[in-house]
Amino acid sequence: MPAYRPPQIAASEITPKTIYMSRRNFIGAAAAAGIGLTFGGEALAAPLTAQPGPYKLNEKLTPKEAITTYNNFYEFGVGKEDPSQNSGAFKPTPWSVKVEGLVGKPKEFGLDEIMKMKLEERTYRMRCVEGWSMVIPWIGFPLSAILDKVDPLGSAKYVAFETVVRPEEMPGQGGLFQALPWPYVEGLRMDEARHPLTILAVGLYGETLPNQNGAPIRLVVPWKYGFKGIKSIVKIKLVEEQPQTTWKNSNAREYGFYSNVNPAVDHPRWSQATEQRIGEGGFFGTKRVDTLPFNGYADEVASLYAGMDLKANY
Amino acid sequence: MAFLPALPRKYHAASIWALYVIGLCPAAWYFYQAATGCLGFNPVKTFEHLLGIWALRLIIATLAITPLRDLFGINWVRYRRALGLLAFYYVAMHFSVYLLLDLQLNFGAVGGDIARRPYITIGFAALLCLIPLAVTSNNWSILKLGQGWVKLHKLIYLIAVAGAFHYVLAVKSVTAGPFIHVALIALLVAYRFVRRPILTWKRSRNGQPVRAAGR
Repeated sequence: MPAYRPPQIAASEITPKTIYMSRRNFIGAAAAAGIGLTFGGEALAAPLTAQPGPYKLNEKLTPKEAITTYNNFYEFGVGKEDPSQNSGAFKPTPWSVKVEGLVGKPKEFGLDEIMKMKLEERTYRMRCVEGWSMVIPWIGFPLSAILDKVDPLGSAKYVAFETVVRPEEMPGQGGLFQALPWPYVEGLRMDEARHPLTILAVGLYGETLPNQNGAPIRLVVPWKYGFKGIKSIVKIKLVEEQPQTTWKNSNAREYGFYSNVNPAVDHPRWSQATEQRIGEGGFFGTKRVDTLPFNGYADEVASLYAGMDLKANY
Repeated sequence: MAFLPALPRKYHAASIWALYVIGLCPAAWYFYQAATGCLGFNPVKTFEHLLGIWALRLIIATLAITPLRDLFGINWVRYRRALGLLAFYYVAMHFSVYLLLDLQLNFGAVGGDIARRPYITIGFAALLCLIPLAVTSNNWSILKLGQGWVKLHKLIYLIAVAGAFHYVLAVKSVTAGPFIHVALIALLVAYRFVRRPILTWKRSRNGQPVRAAGR
């Protein structure tokens, strides 16, 4: 049975949202009203139009409120509600992403240019390494589209990503107890990075990304545990050696470079066989479902790891 | 020498019952919030974790009674049983939520967790150790067991250390919250090793005997 169904209804159409304008209209209207784009947090979430993408799930979407208030984004604190509560001062505009390293044409992409990429809506499962999951209607574009613009060299074997460091806007990056060393860094093998499922997301539920979800641009790799989806990206570097990744550096026994969703390989401290669907079932009837190999995307990506020992390369 | 005005003896019993009521308030409040959808989008886990954290806080309070009396002359020994029992109730609720609401009576998964996941093994062991302490927390047991009771109840130090390990091993990274709880437990358990010399020193300095009963 295929993991996906062909596109049916765009999530934006079933989202309880009254009017959808194009981003251009919004910016024009905002400028006309003298608002500008200097707001942080919710104020910035703007309607975003996108074509329905090729990947669609026949599963119930996780409510938007759950997706935007139950987050792991340690730059804003380690509690699930910390990112939504502590990210109000974060400024996702102006923004730019440097793409450099082993490329023919290194380039710094401004947010305006990024938002002009061909945006698609993609509904993906998101499986957190902690044992919970969501179904999220992202808006974004394939990572390969931006890689194509910088002429990767043949020697580039991996892609390294880096999150912004702004202790003054991200309370988790300051203070006495910091959960992780900053900047948060992640990486993918080149074939993983170029896989059509791998996207850079700039929105969800028909709007630009809220700060707590990694505004203004984040990685989404649906067959890997959620922490691979690095948020608020400022740098993408093509490299020859396997790059450093934050959670592996923090605890290599528990978190590997690949971190593919795998119910057969338990986290040393908890089982990965099942997952809890956030926002479903409530207090007295938590919904637990079986975790699927590669988070249900095995048909598309299992071949990337042919011949590899997935227990050793967790 | 006490820094606080003494509570008249006639209010002692009432104050202990009040402590039971106040001590159960966090659990009742969080349960109400969870049941009415006000505890976020993962109410089971949140409720489970809050019960565990309050259990640790009550264990910390239980362990603090003796140093409070030794070092500050505040005698709250009458509240120690209530604090210890409340800690037991919270641990029992913490486990019940895990069993009933989190794993939904999937005993295979519970058994697997206890056997294979060290932090759950440790936590479960601590729960088992708390049972004899709760069962023998009455005056009759104290009289009946004598010195044996004192020895048995030293298990609380092991339980406190196990609880601290359970907490630290359950979180992804040790931030301020876990650190403070664990540091307090470490401090309070470590105090027991230096208690004798401290009491001896105080006695020699004051030139008067200091009672050393109770732990």
